[in-house]
Amino acid sequence: MTVTTVLFYLFAAVLVVAAFRVVTARSPVTAAMHLVLSFFTAAMLWMLIHVEFLALLLVLVYVGAVMVLFLFVVMMLDINAKQLGSGVRAYLPLGLLIAAVMVAEMSFVLTRDWWNPDAPLPIPASDFNNTLAVGTAMYSEYVYAVQIAAVVLLVGMVAAIALTLRRRNDTKPNVPSEQLKVKASDRLRLVSMPGQRERATGVNDTAAASASAAANGDK
Amino acid sequence: MTLTLGHYLVLGAILFALGVFGMFWNRRNLIILLMCAELMLLAVNMNFVAFSAWSGDIAGQVFVFFILTVAAAEAAIGLAILVLLFRNMDTINVDELDQLKG
Repeated sequence: MTVTTVLFYLFAAVLVVAAFRVVTARSPVTAAMHLVLSFFTAAMLWMLIHVEFLALLLVLVYVGAVMVLFLFVVMMLDINAKQLGSGVRAYLPLGLLIAAVMVAEMSFVLTRDWWNPDAPLPIPASDFNNTLAVGTAMYSEYVYAVQIAAVVLLVGMVAAIALTLRRRNDTKPNVPSEQLKVKASDRLRLVSMPGQRERATGVNDTAAASASAAANGDK
Repeated sequence: MTLTLGHYLVLGAILFALGVFGMFWNRRNLIILLMCAELMLLAVNMNFVAFSAWSGDIAGQVFVFFILTVAAAEAAIGLAILVLLFRNMDTINVDELDQLKG
């Protein structure tokens, strides 16, 4: 047994256990964490067979972005895990049956000798650059497919934003375009008021004036 | 005992079967259903990468790149729909999503 084979069995065991925990976990946070572990272990397995670029991409894109998205959604939703977890497992026998049928079908296909089963992994040359090879293929032979993939990502981004955007009636947002178009005359009104001067008069006049004001009352 | 292509294919088959099994086991929780779909995509990618490495053809790895792209867009839109569903219906239980009377 070579070191590579021992490492393969180690990582494969971790991967299968983590995937099993993803499937059977009660809490979605536990499932998401084990999914992170299984993606990371899968990246290690790809690294073993000299697929360096995709292994790093899996760690960066999946562990770094997609799983963080999953965790954010799990945090945003107030789900009652017990209510979701309990209940009849009516479909469990059917699920076990279908999984067993699929394993049987795949093992039937995989045990056929349509490839050389004992062929070792072809060792790439020492100056072989996996990232360079993938990049050269992507930007020469598959350049239109790369552009379509970019459009798919753009549509995904626009759709995710458009779906979750909501107009709220209980907020008062700023409207910068209206604020920029405002003029001084919209905010400030200049009123021309003539100056007035109060003359000192006699005490009786003042008392009479205040009495008449009281008689008139405030209307 | 050297590492052969069969090792990786059997591992991919086990992962895919676990994903399908999880779809039935967690039939109610929509968010874990999405995670099971990611697990099945990982199994498919494992097969692509293994075949690409053993046959020495780089095209399989380019295809895995495109699968990762589509899977990322699918996860983003799926989770957005999930958030919208929870906002409108206050549940993500599959049994209670019977608006279409299907």
